[in-house]
Amino acid sequence: MSERNDVVTMAHGSGGRAMQQMIERMFLSAFDNPWLNEREDGARLSLAAMSEQGDRLAFTTDSYVIDPIFFPGGNIGKLAVCGTANDLSVSGAIPAYLSCGFILEEGLPMDDLQKIVSLMAQTAREAGIAIVTGDTKVVQRGAADKIFINTAGIGVIPGDVAWGAGQIQCGDKVIVSGTLGDHGATILNLREQLGMDLGIQSDCAVLAPMVAPLRAVSGVHALRDATRGGVNAILHEFSEASGFGISIDENALPVKSAVRGICELLGLEPLNFANEGKLVAVVSAQAEERVLNLLRKHPLGADAATIGEVTENPQVCLRGALGVSRQLMLPHTEPLPRIC
Amino acid sequence: MRFVDEFRDPKLAKTLIERLHKRAAQLPYTAEKPMQIMEVCGGHTHAIFKFGLDKLLPPQLEFIHGPGCPVCVLPMGRIDACCEIAAHPDVIFCTFGDALRVPGKQGSLLNARERGADVRVVYSPLDALKLARENPQRQVVFFALGFETTLPVTAVTLQQARREGLTNFSVFCQHISLIPTLRSLLQQDDVRIDAFLAPGHVSMVIGTAPYHFINTQFGKPLVVSGFEPLDMLQSVLMLVEQVCEASCKTENQYRRIVPEEGNVLAQNAIREVFQLSGSSEWRGLGLIEASGISLTETYSAFDAERRFRPQTQSVADDPRSRCGDVLTGRCKPHECPLFGTGCTPHNAFGALMVSSEGACAAWYQYRYLENEPAQEQQEMKQKVAG
Amino acid sequence: MCIGIPGQIVALHEKQPDHAWAEVCGLRREVNIALVCEGISEREQLIGGWVLIHVGFALSRLDEHEAQETLAALHVMEEVEADVALFLGAGEAR
Repeated sequence: MSERNDVVTMAHGSGGRAMQQMIERMFLSAFDNPWLNEREDGARLSLAAMSEQGDRLAFTTDSYVIDPIFFPGGNIGKLAVCGTANDLSVSGAIPAYLSCGFILEEGLPMDDLQKIVSLMAQTAREAGIAIVTGDTKVVQRGAADKIFINTAGIGVIPGDVAWGAGQIQCGDKVIVSGTLGDHGATILNLREQLGMDLGIQSDCAVLAPMVAPLRAVSGVHALRDATRGGVNAILHEFSEASGFGISIDENALPVKSAVRGICELLGLEPLNFANEGKLVAVVSAQAEERVLNLLRKHPLGADAATIGEVTENPQVCLRGALGVSRQLMLPHTEPLPRIC
Repeated sequence: MRFVDEFRDPKLAKTLIERLHKRAAQLPYTAEKPMQIMEVCGGHTHAIFKFGLDKLLPPQLEFIHGPGCPVCVLPMGRIDACCEIAAHPDVIFCTFGDALRVPGKQGSLLNARERGADVRVVYSPLDALKLARENPQRQVVFFALGFETTLPVTAVTLQQARREGLTNFSVFCQHISLIPTLRSLLQQDDVRIDAFLAPGHVSMVIGTAPYHFINTQFGKPLVVSGFEPLDMLQSVLMLVEQVCEASCKTENQYRRIVPEEGNVLAQNAIREVFQLSGSSEWRGLGLIEASGISLTETYSAFDAERRFRPQTQSVADDPRSRCGDVLTGRCKPHECPLFGTGCTPHNAFGALMVSSEGACAAWYQYRYLENEPAQEQQEMKQKVAG
Repeated sequence: MCIGIPGQIVALHEKQPDHAWAEVCGLRREVNIALVCEGISEREQLIGGWVLIHVGFALSRLDEHEAQETLAALHVMEEVEADVALFLGAGEAR
């Protein structure tokens, strides 16, 4: 009986030799860092070292189930690192450590897994993040869709940073760090096999270096990264949490023309499309210009723009092309392309 | 975006609106009894809400939303028939996104998918044809719906299927014709329509002549309108000018796209593949004569109903709902007792709340909170009266 | 069912005679052109021209001249309105 090296099998999840080999050769060698290399059951992280950086720990988790697992601009592994790192960044923390749990479907090609793990490792390394602990399970064919990844992350928040929706004030400006919907449009095109030659790719990226200089700016009130549900979802979250409303100017939304094209063709709105490398910042009017300049200095923030402001009236509204304001509701489910 | 952005120019829109305000003041209409302009196309409804055109109109003018959303006028029983076909294990059921969440008596196509049916959203019937070629062992069924805009598209697809001799492709035909709808609307006693905005893309196929009867038999002016704000505002102005000069004709505002004779190639394709056949049921309007569309004998082999014989379903609407009244412009969405309470996009009673440009969905999406004071007042009145 | 978007035909499809490549906002989409032209010479004439695209089909050729005329008429109206406003404004000032 020969072992098949080309796909993931139940043996790889059974705790036996096949699993140990896969972990060593694939995960440990790729993620290689001092904590992981201790090969203990859990990573041991120095509290003292962390206390020097700040006074609170940010702790977040996310699971990644995207289909397709490979797309222009990255793969599910890169997403798993970026998404969780960005959640840490927008809370004001410096992303430092990640855990990562894999659920693999029996039959997943090893090559695919290798590509995913390599890109995860590269993304983490470039961002100065260590993947310090993890877990692997294999389930029978059909019980999972190719690969699911969960990452949890921790980072320290410096003492003088207090970002949160509770800080939002009436009159604050709402800024996006770049063009809307690149990721969502890319994935939609692939998944629904629309076959459009878009010329764009997912914006999946670690935002920490772009966010870092913002910690020194007073007047930055709240940050969120716009993922599933798009910028629209974030606006509603901010509104709900702060008790204020938000008014957005449709003409001010930065959108790449291919994304606009796909929206016009399918009757969708870029505000609802997912992003993976964009943030929404709510800042005081006094801080607006400084924040825009800092964002634009970074390649990931080149298209940063103010899109609206925080209002007393607790509704999320959109001022359209002709100046008429309308309510912006959250779509209650994922918007489908329409032909009407 | 060329040929789109120019027709959204806010400065030109302002000009049109100013001109409209001036001319409307000369009309024999008031804010209490405004001139009712019916638009019969979901695309127009959507544009009105997206750009807030109804808020920009002078008080003497009012839009009423007509039954121009082919999803909205679908009788519920037809969805049940689709779900029955979709439930066959060897069927791949293809539909436009618009129809996926429309509720039948037994649920929607989305519900059918959740129960295990292979239901797929396609952007074009050609996608469904491709699936048929790629899956010779499966039966691919395409849910063909829409007015004359989409009719030629299905026709060409079927011509292609026939040329290729495909035996595993069929369509569930729910296409409908616009003209019988308009005629039926005008024949209803209590619907007061003063003028029409005709759908630009249906007209691009059928031309402008089919609308003449609206002028000659019913004395209403009509303008064929494009879908951008400037198109619609200009079309409304053209209607107002007609009323001011007491003329009553069919005019074409959308000349850049609509030829007067329509698209002859499309008309030929339609004629080869489809025929008008007897009456068909429309939600809110009942049975309309000579409005049903079915496949010609030559193409009957591609009729999914012949192939699968789903049970014919006649499903009555909930008596409390006013889908029909909203569809015919008799009442506004928020005046339906179920609006926002028993009927929401998440849990819709009818297609008007589910279809992305159904009048109720549009109202809910864009105007809901603005109506709350009115609703509260209504509830208060009911409490006091009850 | 009305969503239709103007797109520019940039090339005929290499393999399928009834298909062409249209560009909308910089993105390329395959469209069926059977309903806007017949025959090879007509097909070639399409290149560079604009069409109205609906669910993957070109359903009408956009008449650029008419488009310009429509806009021009609106611009004239804009000037007239501006002149009238100026005229009225001058009248009131006296």
